[in-house]
Amino acid sequence: MGQKIFALLFLLLFSSASYSELVIRVTQGNDKPTRIAIAPIDQTGIQTGEDISRIVESDLQRSGLFETIERRNMLAFPGRAQDVYYRDWRMLGSEYLVAGQLRSVGGGRYQLEFSLLNVTAQKTVLTHKVSGSINQMRDLAHLVSDKVYEEITGIRGAFSTRLAYVTAIRKNDKYTYRLNVADADGAREKLVLESAEPIMSPSWSGNGKELAYVSFETGRPAIFRQNLVTAARQQLTNFTGLNGAPSWSPDGTQMALVLSKDGNPEIYLLDLQSNKFSRLTRHFAIDTEPTWMPDGKSLLFTSDRGGTPQIYKLNIATKRTERLTFTGNYNARPSLAPDGRTLAMVHRQKDTFHIASFDLKTGRMIELTQTRLDESPTVAPNGAMLMYATKQGDRGVLAAVSLDAGVRYVLPSSVGDVREPAWSPFLR
Amino acid sequence: MKVSSIKSGLSALFFAALLAGCSSNPVVEEPTTSTDIEDTSVQTGQVDSSEIEDVAVETVAADTIFYFDFDKALLKPESRAALLEHSAMLQSNPRNVRLEGHADERGTREYNMALGERRAQAVKEFLVLQGVSPSLIEVISYGEERAAAYGSNEDAWGLNRRVELK
Repeated sequence: MGQKIFALLFLLLFSSASYSELVIRVTQGNDKPTRIAIAPIDQTGIQTGEDISRIVESDLQRSGLFETIERRNMLAFPGRAQDVYYRDWRMLGSEYLVAGQLRSVGGGRYQLEFSLLNVTAQKTVLTHKVSGSINQMRDLAHLVSDKVYEEITGIRGAFSTRLAYVTAIRKNDKYTYRLNVADADGAREKLVLESAEPIMSPSWSGNGKELAYVSFETGRPAIFRQNLVTAARQQLTNFTGLNGAPSWSPDGTQMALVLSKDGNPEIYLLDLQSNKFSRLTRHFAIDTEPTWMPDGKSLLFTSDRGGTPQIYKLNIATKRTERLTFTGNYNARPSLAPDGRTLAMVHRQKDTFHIASFDLKTGRMIELTQTRLDESPTVAPNGAMLMYATKQGDRGVLAAVSLDAGVRYVLPSSVGDVREPAWSPFLR
Repeated sequence: MKVSSIKSGLSALFFAALLAGCSSNPVVEEPTTSTDIEDTSVQTGQVDSSEIEDVAVETVAADTIFYFDFDKALLKPESRAALLEHSAMLQSNPRNVRLEGHADERGTREYNMALGERRAQAVKEFLVLQGVSPSLIEVISYGEERAAAYGSNEDAWGLNRRVELK
């Protein structure tokens, strides 16, 4: 009875996979991107192993809102604001410039002082100092991207966030499932859990320190939570039937999940302090895929109680449910943007499944993707992009699209099927 | 450790059987510990001809995979004959069975988990209605996580929307 337990745990802190499975390729960008130059960081004498400026460049490019000036066209590489000749950058058609220098401050720490300059207005917009160890150069780069992006767009940057996702590799009819966490740009992939049995449905805790997920390692589906720093892990459910679709409440005290122990799939709440379960839905239909409204008072979920899968809203206090979607015969897996109003979901159009956004106020639906088998949408914590799983040939890959459908990119994988992305909350 | 003790138990028993075949010899009572003999007696049981007949019945048995339509959990008429055979067998020869429900790759993963369970439940309900004890049947859904056929086309999808009786 499938009692093979193949779970291997790795400390996130210490395991670092030498391969990177994700490579970014922007396939479509914004019509009128902001032109920006990221001058190579002055890091005289410091071997970091990372090109900080390149990381910032690709962060900003990936947002689709920026066009970067090619390094080989730059006339100078200023490290400080006072060394900048604005004319050099105006000639290149650059609206903004980022310049910075990295210095050792002792004790294995390095400080990056960087400035964002408005070339048109000929003034320094901001100057920041950030510091970290030699292994944190990518973190420093993403922080630069966050500051620059926020200053220019007015939207908080989400480049310092992470992605959780599942990969499946099949070899000679044997499977290897992996739950991974990587930076939002796909770099620094780290293994969280490996198993010969399926792993599904990763969900981040509100503070970004834990993941909940479904693992079949006991021969049946069960929900686990795992601390990403210590790798400490706890099995939360062990009921007959489905144990699935965990979703952490915004305040981290509760988890919405699906159990079918009473005969068919129902939404439950698990109080993580008292370990008590309370049942929220009572219907013979399939009720699944709960996700929280930002205020923590309501859930959105998928149900086929109306005959086809549709999105419903459930008030936790009153248990009142309300159907939200009426367009099309398959709307499922709701994922809410942080504005609490824009809902991303899987929408079936004729025979294809793609990602659509749905405005909870106006009821307007926009199809964001055109491919055939798109699923598992997850919205970035700043609401600018969403990531989803799709197919390239026979392989599962992750792709991203902006919520206005104007920007998209693919993260092709080199190994196995990549699926079920879950975008972390802001981590700092 | 365990393997070697079973092995030695086996060879001791085999040796004992050989001796017993030759003539009635007092040495037969000799071998190792009684627990070892209990272990190995299960193995020798399989050589018994009545056990071999049991195995033969199972290999002749009807289909163990039942297929479904997209987003549906209704049993198809063509599954009926095989399920009747299974229910007769499970009543005359009760054993624990596992019904594994599956879905094709289309649609969302957790919804497909629910769909796979609903399909396996449909098979279970049929067997129980025929008189099979529900306590013999475990239902588990794999959703779309364990495809039987690969490829994103109707043929593969049709093979993946299934319940496997194990």
